[in-house]
Amino acid sequence: MTTSADLQVHDQDEHHHDSGGDTVFGFWIYIMSDCILFATLFATYAVMSGSFAGQITPKELFDLNFVLGETALLLFSSFTFGMAMLYAHKKSMRGMITWLLITFALGLGFLGMELFEFYHFSHEGATPQTSGYWSAFYGLVATHGLHVTGGLIWMLILFAHFKRDGFSDANMVRLACLSLFWHFLDVIWICVFSVVYLMGVM
Amino acid sequence: MSTQNNSTADGHSSDTHGPGGAAHGSVKEYVLGLLISIILTGIAFYVVMFEVVSPALTLVVILATAVAQVMVQLVFFLHMNTSSEQIWNTTSAAFIIIIVAILIVGSVWIMSHLNHNMMIGH
Repeated sequence: MTTSADLQVHDQDEHHHDSGGDTVFGFWIYIMSDCILFATLFATYAVMSGSFAGQITPKELFDLNFVLGETALLLFSSFTFGMAMLYAHKKSMRGMITWLLITFALGLGFLGMELFEFYHFSHEGATPQTSGYWSAFYGLVATHGLHVTGGLIWMLILFAHFKRDGFSDANMVRLACLSLFWHFLDVIWICVFSVVYLMGVM
Repeated sequence: MSTQNNSTADGHSSDTHGPGGAAHGSVKEYVLGLLISIILTGIAFYVVMFEVVSPALTLVVILATAVAQVMVQLVFFLHMNTSSEQIWNTTSAAFIIIIVAILIVGSVWIMSHLNHNMMIGH
């Protein structure tokens, strides 16, 4: 039954279909504010880029082959999440879960490599306390790693949500938000490997 | 009324926009984005690892490939465009790019001047 009041409400909210779209847009705004967080860390890193305090320098420690491996894992995980999104829009649970599991494995691999790298660096005498440079390095790279960790935990929670409710509207919005978040992390990683690692060994 | 609703829903599903209002692409788009990203990453690592060009040019290549790859991923993975559904995403991103530029360039500028001025006695 459609009353005039209903129509009026409907007219005012012309994007009533997109009530989930508003949530996704709100999440986009969060991501934009996250960019500012990373910008401050990049600015700190740039200012500290020569402050070695006579201690070990990145040139002695960075292994670009290793970083290339990390980059590949994250880039492919961004792609596989895209595939998961396509299957989600086709309402194919099997396809979506498969691609999302691959994404999760790649993300976990990236995190494992990063933690190993941190362990290796601190073993070689580069801890956050070593110099201004290494403080800025760990501050920036670990913040990105923390975001990846958050994304992985979110993915686990989403598995449970999809197992419980299937392709509900709420779950689709959650998946859309996580996909934005995951692609965003890959975009930040491009800046990290370019500015920190590639420029660090020059 | 219900016919109208149905047609809108159909329009949405056949469009490149999901029920969440967020745009989503096609396999072709993701594969193309992945391939261009791999090529750009490859170029950046190649020039640094094999020192094929002068340091100054290497720096230019690193920055150029990074900016290009960010743009490619924004378009192919995050589906940013200037359509009416996406215009506010794109507008807010443009605003943030300005803020980020002020933050980073400003910080580096201020701190380098500070360093310079503190070094006068040396």
